[in-house]
Amino acid sequence: MDRKLLLEHIGVEGIHTHDVYRKQGGYKAVEKALKSMSPDDIVEEVKKSGLRGRGGAGFPTGMKWSFIAKPEGVPRHFLCNADESEPGTFKDRYLMEKIPHLLIEGMILSSYALGCNQSYIYIRGEYMYILQILEKAIAEAYANGWLGKNIKGSGFDLELAVSAGAGAYICGEETALIESLEGKRGNPRIKPPFPAVKGLWGRPTVVNNVETIAAVVPIVNEGGDAYAQFGIGRSTGTKLISAAGNINKPGVYEINMGITVEEFIYSDTYCGGMKNGKKLKACVPGGSSVPILPHYLVCKTAAGEDRLMSYESLADGGFVTGSMLGSGGFVVYDEDQCIVRNTWNFTRFYHHESCGQCSPCREGTGWMEKVLHRLDYGHGKMEDIDLLWDIQRKIEGNTICPLGDAAAWPVAAAIRHFREEFEWHVNEPKLCITKNYGLVNEKKFEPVNA
Amino acid sequence: MSQENIQLPEDLLQEVGRQIAKFPEGMQKSALLNVLHIAQAHFGHLSEPVMDYVARLLHILPIEVYEVATFYSMYDTVPVGKVKLEVCRTGPCMIEGAEKIVSYIEHKLGIKDGETTADGMFTLKTVECLGACGYAPMLQAGEKFHEHLTEAKVDELIEKYRNNPKANYLGL
Repeated sequence: MDRKLLLEHIGVEGIHTHDVYRKQGGYKAVEKALKSMSPDDIVEEVKKSGLRGRGGAGFPTGMKWSFIAKPEGVPRHFLCNADESEPGTFKDRYLMEKIPHLLIEGMILSSYALGCNQSYIYIRGEYMYILQILEKAIAEAYANGWLGKNIKGSGFDLELAVSAGAGAYICGEETALIESLEGKRGNPRIKPPFPAVKGLWGRPTVVNNVETIAAVVPIVNEGGDAYAQFGIGRSTGTKLISAAGNINKPGVYEINMGITVEEFIYSDTYCGGMKNGKKLKACVPGGSSVPILPHYLVCKTAAGEDRLMSYESLADGGFVTGSMLGSGGFVVYDEDQCIVRNTWNFTRFYHHESCGQCSPCREGTGWMEKVLHRLDYGHGKMEDIDLLWDIQRKIEGNTICPLGDAAAWPVAAAIRHFREEFEWHVNEPKLCITKNYGLVNEKKFEPVNA
Repeated sequence: MSQENIQLPEDLLQEVGRQIAKFPEGMQKSALLNVLHIAQAHFGHLSEPVMDYVARLLHILPIEVYEVATFYSMYDTVPVGKVKLEVCRTGPCMIEGAEKIVSYIEHKLGIKDGETTADGMFTLKTVECLGACGYAPMLQAGEKFHEHLTEAKVDELIEKYRNNPKANYLGL
């Protein structure tokens, strides 16, 4: 099945406008839902679809929705997480820019399903031009009766607004997002209580990623069972992958989950192969937080089976020989790239983005950045590698939010798979400034820190 | 600037009102980030008097504004140039040559990362991932993205903004 579910009409001229979107079958799902489905029917279809959160964690959306508390007389809120800032990820931006009404339609369906009458799209401040695209589209939706009071005579009211962040990766964490939307610093909250019980302004709240919300549209249109026909196993449906790095065709692709990683990298339909005929060295398949895979574990699992673009297959082997689908931020590295430098760069990112609440993350990311910097510049010692391993272990699992884990995992995976290259940086302090290590030899090398 | 001089023009005050109206009554603090963007675009940076003014607009305490203004990386609490050139330096941009773009701009403008040109026109900053990894290297000038950068493209856009610094804002 090569059909696209989200980007099917992306090439249609003017699809960002209401009228063209409508002509292509847009807002049919809202009509169907308001006419013939109860809110619980929609939740049921989403459960049947097997849809999992597209922001990175992959949690089943229907289950997340079913957690929302419904105390009498307390308003509930539905929020869209458009704070896309995971390095390697630029798919939500593409969707919102090209086909904003798909997100709005998904917002209406989800808000109806959850009984929310006031919903917000929280978008990162740097995407100001997309915020303007969304506001224009929302105005069109109001003008055409898809938003506001008594939508299409159904008795369902929905107000929808966009609110901007101001440069903070941490606001992609849902409780930090809620804090930020309340006009505060983006400090994640201690859970429980979960947002489903106490979220925005202390009210029951559900936060979903842009792509997750957009996927509700085809689910309502075609039914959860039909949606579940796409994909493979528990990775149902399609997934937007943003591909970057040393490939011929960087960009955003909607894939049917279950195609092979090899096809994704080398076929002309997707990445179009390695740029300049270089060899593949490594791949970060799901955004900077997920473990990096060395070339021999990218297209095949440790057991020698084809690695597929799915939640399960990318995670095959756990963190020892696998990784994660994550946010779908797919970064490909060729033989000329330096793993030590790349790890230092990502660690600097996490140090910069740590909110500072928890010491292991606030201090640990800074220490790792410093140690990696000296390794990269040829000033490192052999024991620095074990020191790094020790620091990342002490961050992982010891923080309020997952940013700590997200900072620890890339360091752990880099050492696990590329220890040789780190050692080379210590042994060749002058050479490592001017040259790169090249490819890791899989035969000579087995992961040590399993 | 003394406190009396700090006042947004009527059209921007209306925009502030529109931001506040997005939230239920009594929840006007939620508009803070949006209002700070408006204030910064108008006043150039968020000085203490500007932050106090924003606090009055939203009926919140000045400290509530300070703590937010100092948390988010897009806000400047010290003066910056009329045009901020923010080059993304994170992973995917780095492997596509972000560092070369930074040093090219440094040489061209005679400033280092974080500095402002003597004429107060440009500030150069390196920033973390802006979500343009597939179109690297890239920079953000004010509210505008410039992608697939080359030295020639950098020349072009510096020339453009020198002639019309306001062009880096999208406008209302």
